[in-house]
Amino acid sequence: MTLLGLYNYWVFIFLLAVGIYAVVAKGNYVKRMIGLAIFQAAVFLLFITMDKVEGGTGPVILPNAPIDQLYANPLPQVLILTAIVVGISVTALGLAIAIRIREEYGSVEEADTRRQDEQA
Amino acid sequence: MTLFEQFPILMVVVPMFVAPLLAIVPSRGHLPWSIATITNAVIFFIAVSLTQQVLVDGTIFYELGNWPVPFGIGLMISPFSALMLLIITGASLVALLVGYDSMPSEVGAEHQSLLYSCWLLALTGLIGIAISGDAFNIFVFMEISSLAAYVMVANGPNRRALTASFNYLVTGTTGATMYLIGVGYLYMMTGSLNLMDISERLADISDTLPVMIAGGFLVVGLALKAALFPMHAWMPNTYQFAPTPVTIFFAACSTKVALFVMMRFEFVVLLPNLGEPAYFLSSLLIPLCVAAFLVGSAVAIFERNLKRMLGYSSVAQIGYIVLAISLASSAGMTAAILHFFNHALIKAALFTAVAAMLLRYGSDNIDSLAGVGRRMPLTSFAFVIAGLSLIGVPLTAGFISKWYLIQAVLEEPGLGILLTVLILVSSLMAVVYIWKVVEVAYLKAPAGQKLDEIKREEAPALILIVLWALVIANVWFGIDPSLPLALANMEVVELLGVGR
Repeated sequence: MTLLGLYNYWVFIFLLAVGIYAVVAKGNYVKRMIGLAIFQAAVFLLFITMDKVEGGTGPVILPNAPIDQLYANPLPQVLILTAIVVGISVTALGLAIAIRIREEYGSVEEADTRRQDEQA
Repeated sequence: MTLFEQFPILMVVVPMFVAPLLAIVPSRGHLPWSIATITNAVIFFIAVSLTQQVLVDGTIFYELGNWPVPFGIGLMISPFSALMLLIITGASLVALLVGYDSMPSEVGAEHQSLLYSCWLLALTGLIGIAISGDAFNIFVFMEISSLAAYVMVANGPNRRALTASFNYLVTGTTGATMYLIGVGYLYMMTGSLNLMDISERLADISDTLPVMIAGGFLVVGLALKAALFPMHAWMPNTYQFAPTPVTIFFAACSTKVALFVMMRFEFVVLLPNLGEPAYFLSSLLIPLCVAAFLVGSAVAIFERNLKRMLGYSSVAQIGYIVLAISLASSAGMTAAILHFFNHALIKAALFTAVAAMLLRYGSDNIDSLAGVGRRMPLTSFAFVIAGLSLIGVPLTAGFISKWYLIQAVLEEPGLGILLTVLILVSSLMAVVYIWKVVEVAYLKAPAGQKLDEIKREEAPALILIVLWALVIANVWFGIDPSLPLALANMEVVELLGVGR
């Protein structure tokens, strides 16, 4: 495995860093949700990458497949299907709360909500 | 095949199936509340029966659909899980009973059935974490309980509940995702998700880099969920702005469940295999714990909002628990398990008293509670006893925790004395912040009124009964801690073996 062969893992680390950066550094609630989604997508990529078996095909047993046929590991894919559902629920709920924040404060910027809370 | 054998899975299935039904029940009167409470009472009794079974036979293993582990999903009710089940279902029942009077004043009538539906989902998730023996299942249950929790927090009466809930969501999801990365690395190396199975397969490859990275991600992710200092920022906000019954529920068990998972990983998966590096990793946590209980207690002293003050006190208590865990000894583990149980009793009692005061005064600001000792004598006195238990005065549950914690700490060569002194300092700070409330309650009169003129106006009977039941439990388990102690000892013997 060369450095380039670990391409997927480099992307995983890059997405992880971008996501964490957005979550921590951005003051806009919607942007932070986007960061969180990127962060989660990075983990999906990690799981999807690890299930790949070199020379393996999709994990479906065909009637005329050779006996020594290799298959990708289906388990991480199943796990990630579940994790994607969880991720969507979190994103939906986070954006819903962002909408409610906008209704109450008239803004989705953390600086604005904080200022209004301090004045109150 | 009797119903009795199916109890482990029923713990999860019953609240999970009642929750969506509850969402379509009309939100009138006390109907949604009654359904949620009856469901909770049923699973509380299942938990009690399971605990009795565990006390006799030891850990219960349950295979879902009779698929053998590790191919199928396994449930594992160890003595510690049984204790967690008691804490979770008990705390939730207490909080629901308080909610009968307290919830309508904080959450609009039209949202009641949806709120209780979320409550049962949170309960499902927390129970699932406590009994699951599968790393990925723990993640899913964690997210079920967290999603429901975010919704419940966002329903708080103040609009700041929304931002508190949002920050809770971002932190919680980050923590859960880091936990998932850790599980991913472990799966990559072992090809298994069952905790026991991972533990066996790790034996040969324990000193590889991915396994250590997995340990790091797991600990950081779970520390975020558990609000370990310095990752605690979300917790005081959440406790302050959530509806008070929800705060009672969460203060008693939600962060502890993350610590429970941390202990499962530390003692089942990492310590037996990693050896030295794992001990090194866990000793890194000790300075964080010390900072947690010193900073948490210090901030609590200056906090003027009662719920927020108790939130910071929880930051300190989490510090004690993680300190006991990170000693990685059998005495430390016993101390941690005992404090899980005792802290749940203490914080449930304190927040129940706060709920009662909030109902009568409409404010949880300490300064506005002047004279509460005269107006609500029973409630205030209960608060004082629970406060003594928090400080760790003998004959209360809190003393038992501190006693075992200090014994465990003293076993450490070198650091022992210093840590003991720091724990005592933090306990003295607890005296200060509890006294702050006592002073306002008994010695200060509200503006324009004399202390003798205050009319008595107690909390509703149901809250008083629940509150005093908790206080009596605090004293009872301070005198006779045999139940949590027996479960803690069984767990230690099972995991670490005798004589270690």
